[in-house]
Amino acid sequence: MLKDQDRIFTNIYGHHDPLLAGARSRGDWDGTKEILAKGRDWIVDNVKESGLRGRGGAGFSTGLKWSFMPKESDGRPHYLVVNADEGEPGTCKDREIMRHDPHKLVEGCLVASFGIGAHAAYIYARGEFYRETEALQRAIDEAYEAGLIGKNACGSGWDFDIYIHRGMGAYICGEETALIESIEGKKGQPRLKPPFPANAGLYGCPSTVNNVESIAVTPTILRRGAVWFESLGRPNNTGTKLFNISGHVEQPCTVEEEMSVPLKELIEKHAGGVRGGWDNLLAIIPGGASVPCLSKGACDSVLMDFDSLKEQGSGLGTAAIMVMDKSTDIVAAIARLSAFYKHESCGQCTPCREGTGWMSRMMTRMVTGNANLDEIDLLEQVTRQVEGHTICALGDAAAWPIQGLIKNFRPEMEARIEQAKKNAAA
Amino acid sequence: MPKLTIDGVEVEVDAGLTVLQACEIAGREIPRFCYHERLSVAGNCRMCLVEMERAPKPIASCAMPVGDGMVITTDSETIRQARKGVMEFLLINHPLDCPICDQGGECDLQDQAMGYGYDRSRYAEEKRAVKDKNLGPLVSTVMTRCIHCTRCIRFATEIAGVPELGATGRGEHMEVGTYVEKTLSSELSGNIIDLCPVGALTSKPYSFNARPWELKKTESIDVMDALGANIRIDTRGAEVLRIVPRNNDDVNEEWISDKSRFACDGLRRQRLDQPFVRQDGKLQAVSWDEAFAAIAGKVKSTSGNKIAAIAGDQADCESMYALKKLMESLGSANMDCRQDGAAVGEGSRAGYLFNSTIAGIEDADAILIVGADPRLESPVLNARIRKRFLGGNVSIGVIGEETDLTYRYDYLGAGPDTLADVAAGSNSFAQVLKDASNPMIIVGSGVLTRADSAAVLGTARKLAEATGMIADGWNGFNVLHTAASRVGGLDLGFVPGEGGAGTNEILSGSMDVVYLLGADEIDMAALGGAFVVYQGHHGDAGAHRADVILPGAAYTEKNATYVNLEGRVQRTQLASFPVGEAKEDWAILRALSAELGQTLAFDSLAELRDRMTTATPSLGNIDDIAAAEWGGFGADGAMNNDAFASPIENFFMTDPISRASQTMAECTAARDNSTTARTGTHG
Repeated sequence: MLKDQDRIFTNIYGHHDPLLAGARSRGDWDGTKEILAKGRDWIVDNVKESGLRGRGGAGFSTGLKWSFMPKESDGRPHYLVVNADEGEPGTCKDREIMRHDPHKLVEGCLVASFGIGAHAAYIYARGEFYRETEALQRAIDEAYEAGLIGKNACGSGWDFDIYIHRGMGAYICGEETALIESIEGKKGQPRLKPPFPANAGLYGCPSTVNNVESIAVTPTILRRGAVWFESLGRPNNTGTKLFNISGHVEQPCTVEEEMSVPLKELIEKHAGGVRGGWDNLLAIIPGGASVPCLSKGACDSVLMDFDSLKEQGSGLGTAAIMVMDKSTDIVAAIARLSAFYKHESCGQCTPCREGTGWMSRMMTRMVTGNANLDEIDLLEQVTRQVEGHTICALGDAAAWPIQGLIKNFRPEMEARIEQAKKNAAA
Repeated sequence: MPKLTIDGVEVEVDAGLTVLQACEIAGREIPRFCYHERLSVAGNCRMCLVEMERAPKPIASCAMPVGDGMVITTDSETIRQARKGVMEFLLINHPLDCPICDQGGECDLQDQAMGYGYDRSRYAEEKRAVKDKNLGPLVSTVMTRCIHCTRCIRFATEIAGVPELGATGRGEHMEVGTYVEKTLSSELSGNIIDLCPVGALTSKPYSFNARPWELKKTESIDVMDALGANIRIDTRGAEVLRIVPRNNDDVNEEWISDKSRFACDGLRRQRLDQPFVRQDGKLQAVSWDEAFAAIAGKVKSTSGNKIAAIAGDQADCESMYALKKLMESLGSANMDCRQDGAAVGEGSRAGYLFNSTIAGIEDADAILIVGADPRLESPVLNARIRKRFLGGNVSIGVIGEETDLTYRYDYLGAGPDTLADVAAGSNSFAQVLKDASNPMIIVGSGVLTRADSAAVLGTARKLAEATGMIADGWNGFNVLHTAASRVGGLDLGFVPGEGGAGTNEILSGSMDVVYLLGADEIDMAALGGAFVVYQGHHGDAGAHRADVILPGAAYTEKNATYVNLEGRVQRTQLASFPVGEAKEDWAILRALSAELGQTLAFDSLAELRDRMTTATPSLGNIDDIAAAEWGGFGADGAMNNDAFASPIENFFMTDPISRASQTMAECTAARDNSTTARTGTHG
């Protein structure tokens, strides 16, 4: 269990002052100038050594991503783009940072931008985060006033500006290249890769897109050292992480914990346990709507990190844990997710545009068992036809929950179909 | 050059190509819907997936640049399954209405479903239906068939330069259309019909007319403007049902203008199908012999210097050559192939050609457009300028009308004053031209019909010389003609001989006999009391004025030579026979010459061409451009300061065929309606 002194987000519940004075009392903006003075390479190397993996879902090494940026500008400016379009169902970690600890993000933007040679950062905030955007803007204004950002930020000699861009409510705009398109004023549709944003991103310039949490933890990592961060969690799954626990638990919450904490321990310690006890557990979606669900058997022992969940056929995603007890209609739950992906597919590429609709319609029938037994296999095949064939990961995200359902709850689906047939015969 | 291994075969290809192109070079067929060579890469259909070594997922080959050492597999079980999957997805919401779909038989979706799809549907849900859009009189839509490849959107945005098409909605509800229902404002809109891989966008005038396998396909040349676009004429029996472009990278790439494509229904209306002679003020149908006799009677009693001939804008080289020889044998030097009276053609051949060539536009880095509206005078050429514009690092200046050319330009001024300023170096654009390595000037045909055209042309020549447009391997002086016959006629010397009268003099009423070879766009009243012979294919202005009508062949009905504006010699092919008693034009002139006692010295088209190419050797080099030597043309003198104006008032109606076309009339109406402001209470 995470010790209090290892906690990065010390105001995640908003019990303290979110403004600059309060942030400073919690250690933010302490020695930022000195960090910058150590140079670009030092920052990137330390973040790399800390083992920080992107907190937005894909889990790509943040330091490595920064190191892809050109060392010297070819005349084009570099940009940092912060993905604050937190739209993954069940996920509510970035909003807590933005409204209660925004200075961590603002300081992180400066440090990260310096690390990648960017003089400007764009924060793409989810449109529904109205108050959160206000809080963040207030923090940015404060930082400007205090000379922490702007011309000669923190007295480092580095000019740095932050702009907030508000989204208009499309899930797909959380995909990094669709997000870039959206900032540019175009229809939010993912771009083809290559070229990757590090070569041609925002306005065709080298850009890095990072999640809010990834950016917000970097100043603390650099202050306390990569070794400290690396000492938390397991190798390749280091540091602390904000977990969102929702669903059938006694006390749904957002909590910062060490990576690789056992799932069961996490729920019992912080969320008051599963409603009706651990044995009343049916399934858990451990990483936001996009990852396959885990049956209770897997939940008993799995550790909450990238590798352990991958071994169990799921993923850490955004670490949004959705707990479902035995009162849950699991088929209906997954059907709801399918409807979500059908609604949010951008329509650009064929498998996702057509496949999400097909899957959603079949799932709707599966809820009442209005199907044939072999259609479960067909559904499984359709998910395989979508998975891995699309431009972005939304196709995969739409396919995985259904694959998880079929893998773990096939008997339940079959029973419904049999029952429906019996009912029809009667 | 990167080396790849494609299905075990090593190929070396140019850097910058995509994996799809490399696979084609290696002889592997990659199915695709959204990919098109001339459009930007969308990568959205996912049909072109291939396997790449060390890639965790199949890659879209159309979007992946080649890299050294790539190992590509195009025919594995994974890929076959992926293609089947994508095909199935494309078909689940595609209506099964092939029997009533005009794309049937030439449909990419049909073909690839045969090649790569499942043999049955597994989709049991409800299908999507999409409301059809009204894109105007040319493009018919059945949007339920759309597979969202976005080729049409990319064409309109990139090539045509009218960003009026787009996708609205998300996911399954994504629809392609104009955001507000309106006719596409492009002169190239018909090309989206060819680009559409399914039957979502089809030709409205051609709809439900024929199946592709019923059509006889003839490769030919377009004459609606001076570009000489390469076309294919599709006929069934005697009827021309449609015209589609052919690929020619040097001329039209694979685009044609809406007029070239859709004016063909004019070939069915207002046709002259038998000879007529005016008797008692009325045209009476007669036999060929009677018509010839009427001409012979008049011509034999008229002295040569009172006989004149004007060739129209669609006259072919063979008939112009025959008419020229006939006029010479009658002792007349009064002939002109410039029915608009343009003062072009005197002096060097370089003075009337598009010397930079059409493809050469892509090498230019500064372009000065003088008195031309290329968008109306040659839409496909304009698309080439836009392509150059999109390539970047080019400055474009315009002197003349300030219209939407689909690309950004510096507007320099309206008339000759500005041209003189640039020529004298006092306009800042002169420096732009001087600094450019391949500067070019495009002089429009509207300039050439002015009273001071010789002086304007002279100024343009001086400008070209002063700004370094004439250099080794580069000639930046260009004339943008609008008439398909113009360069051919000038090459042949179908201009007033020694002491002969040109168009303006012929139109002063001084002639006793005037022979109009398809010339309709002249002031007929100015012919005075002359005896007018009209040889042509449509009952247009010339036929109304004529005393004798000799029915000729339209461009789809003859084997004929045309020279395009850059001096490229191309030949049309007979796709259907001339209607009724009409004949090929050279044959009419040959027969008439015998009646007049001046029998021309050839009995066949081959003999005629022999003699023609002996007289003008460049006409023998088919598909070739004979480059012109730079020399003097134009004149010194004062220019008046009237603003330059384009000769084209209505793009859709410029010649007898397009004026007879119902489709072109609908386009004109649609265009006129779109310019009047619509209010919210419009129906």
